Amino acid sequence: MAVITYRQALHDTLREEMLSDENVFLIGEEIGVFEGSYKITAGLLEEFGEKRVRDTPIAEEGFVGAAVGAAMLGLRPVVELMTINFSLLALDQIVNHAAKIYGMFGGQSNAPMVLRTPGGGGQQLGATHSQNIELYYAFVPGLKVVAPSTPADARALLKASLADNDPVLFLENLALYNTKGEVPDDMPPAEIGRAGVTRTGSDITIIGYSRMATVATQVADQLGEEGISAEVIDLRSLRPLDRETLVESVRKTGCAVIAEDDWLTYGIGAEIAASISDGAFDYLDAPVRRVAAAEVPLPYAKPLERAALPSAESLNAAVRQTLDAVGHRR
Amino acid sequence: MAETATRSKPAGSGSKGRRGGTRSGGSRSQQSQGKTAPQAESPETLRDYFRQMSLIRRFEERAAQGYTQAKVGGYCHLNLGEEATVVGLMSALRRSDYLFTNYREHGYAIAKGIEPGKVMAELYGRTTGTSKGLGGSMHMFDTEVGLLGGYGIVGGQVPLATGAALAIDYRGGDEVVMCQMGDGTTNIGAFHESMNIAALWNLPVVFVVINNYLGMGTTVEMSSAESELYKRAVAYRMHGERVDGNDVVAVREAAGRLVEHARKTGEPAMLEAVSHRMKGHSVVDPAKYRNSEDAEAAREADPVAAFREQLVSANVLDEDGAAEIERAVQADVDAAVAFADDSPHPDPATLFDYTYATPVANDSRRLPADPVF
Repeated sequence: MAVITYRQALHDTLREEMLSDENVFLIGEEIGVFEGSYKITAGLLEEFGEKRVRDTPIAEEGFVGAAVGAAMLGLRPVVELMTINFSLLALDQIVNHAAKIYGMFGGQSNAPMVLRTPGGGGQQLGATHSQNIELYYAFVPGLKVVAPSTPADARALLKASLADNDPVLFLENLALYNTKGEVPDDMPPAEIGRAGVTRTGSDITIIGYSRMATVATQVADQLGEEGISAEVIDLRSLRPLDRETLVESVRKTGCAVIAEDDWLTYGIGAEIAASISDGAFDYLDAPVRRVAAAEVPLPYAKPLERAALPSAESLNAAVRQTLDAVGHRR
Repeated sequence: MAETATRSKPAGSGSKGRRGGTRSGGSRSQQSQGKTAPQAESPETLRDYFRQMSLIRRFEERAAQGYTQAKVGGYCHLNLGEEATVVGLMSALRRSDYLFTNYREHGYAIAKGIEPGKVMAELYGRTTGTSKGLGGSMHMFDTEVGLLGGYGIVGGQVPLATGAALAIDYRGGDEVVMCQMGDGTTNIGAFHESMNIAALWNLPVVFVVINNYLGMGTTVEMSSAESELYKRAVAYRMHGERVDGNDVVAVREAAGRLVEHARKTGEPAMLEAVSHRMKGHSVVDPAKYRNSEDAEAAREADPVAAFREQLVSANVLDEDGAAEIERAVQADVDAAVAFADDSPHPDPATLFDYTYATPVANDSRRLPADPVF
């Protein structure tokens, strides 16, 4: 079992999949000669050549659409969108085409492709380069959206996404690329549509995904030192959404805090809160709380950016307020 | 064929009115008078072109009728007036070649080889339709004949077609992709991005622009700074040419040449077929934006009638032969309508069958009134 970074896990898995299936190819901006803006594809052009590691013009709609068309003929493109912000340029091809090919034509064709893209703020990149807009994709039937939070998940979910016959938006996070974790060599693919329970506990449920799932785990560990038993759910898959797992947890703990990097209003946490209301209303001892990003175009200035993004401190505070509300005795 | 678009002489150029939307009449009717000599094709082939053009004409008339009877819903964009272009283009493709179209596609589906009954059944929303009734008029599909879809968003098919050509190139196949679109498409970003990518990567795709001079109700002069659309190919070092879309033999010849060149070299090309749309944008559009001169020119240019006349005067067909083809075509369309009428509607229990190609845990399968838990 190796301890590697999230970045390395993505790189190694891509390489392995390319070695095992010649239909897998990479396409995107700066992935070849430049070796990827975040170096996930380092060395792959040299190893696999231009046919399979294809640098594109800066033309997201054109190359994402080309990947969809290639997938329709049975290739397995892995598209790198430099950041999720740029995916907006390709929104038509992703939402109106990739997501619709299978259903609209009565199952005669499909678009097996992976759209890898990092999101998230915290790097002082300003308003147009710091967004968490995975919700736009998680809203759409026909797409699958996964968000690994650990190196092991990155590997297992990337394998699952490449084995899947549908378009999968694979959400990465700039803040996670250098995080490390154990990755077993013989990891099986994950199951898309299943959440993970990363800490078991009985006092409160904390639900997060991507970066905030790792923050939730840290907070649960801190609380554990004080004798508070928090259960942490990492959604892993935003569409399909594993409502069963989170509702089951809230039925056990009686309260929940949702941690998300996206905006509160209409955000992913809203859907989770509604699911808890649907499935665990009678078990709730306190209102479901949400910790989300401040609803502003993310500022560049460091103190403002820091204030806008959820953190371990803000999540910890929200958890304590909820525990106070239910009269939890420490 | 290394010549650039600027070397291709546009049919009827120079006489066409510039901005302002009034076409100085003569250009396209002049083209109709100067038909390509049919001697280049065998009499059997020419008669078959006539049969297919007549079939599409009758089919589309019945589709419009089906719409007024509320048997056809949604939008319904007809190929009336564009039959020569449709048949000329499709006859240039092999069955194994791929076609991507926009939403004005019924004729293409038929000419690419799909049974008219299947096409009509799709318009009727039946399970026997080209997309099992899930796509409708704008979204026909058939892997068997290489129709990789009609697409309802203007230009959505252009990047997809480029990608299909990429897959062919990746595997070293000799198929060619044809990507059909209307004149309005040439102003969207995806068109330019895809032309650039196809030329950059040497992909075997022929971009075909059907220039009927109207993007819905907006004339090509009002929407395109360069309204001789084939010239746009120059910007991508791509061969481009313009052909009289009312002349089935000319369309067949130009398309065949470009398709075979793409097959041999992988080089993309662009073909502009200048044609008429006899009716509105869709069947519900009374086309009040058209001036009478323009509407009259469209009626006069009727490519089906013109081709019939041409074949009769060239002794390829006699009156009886033409009438016999017309009767047979009418019977085919009647049979298509009967097939569609007799076909079952999809069962609501199948609603969730085609959301995902790989089934997943927790895929939502709730109907509007179902509780989440």
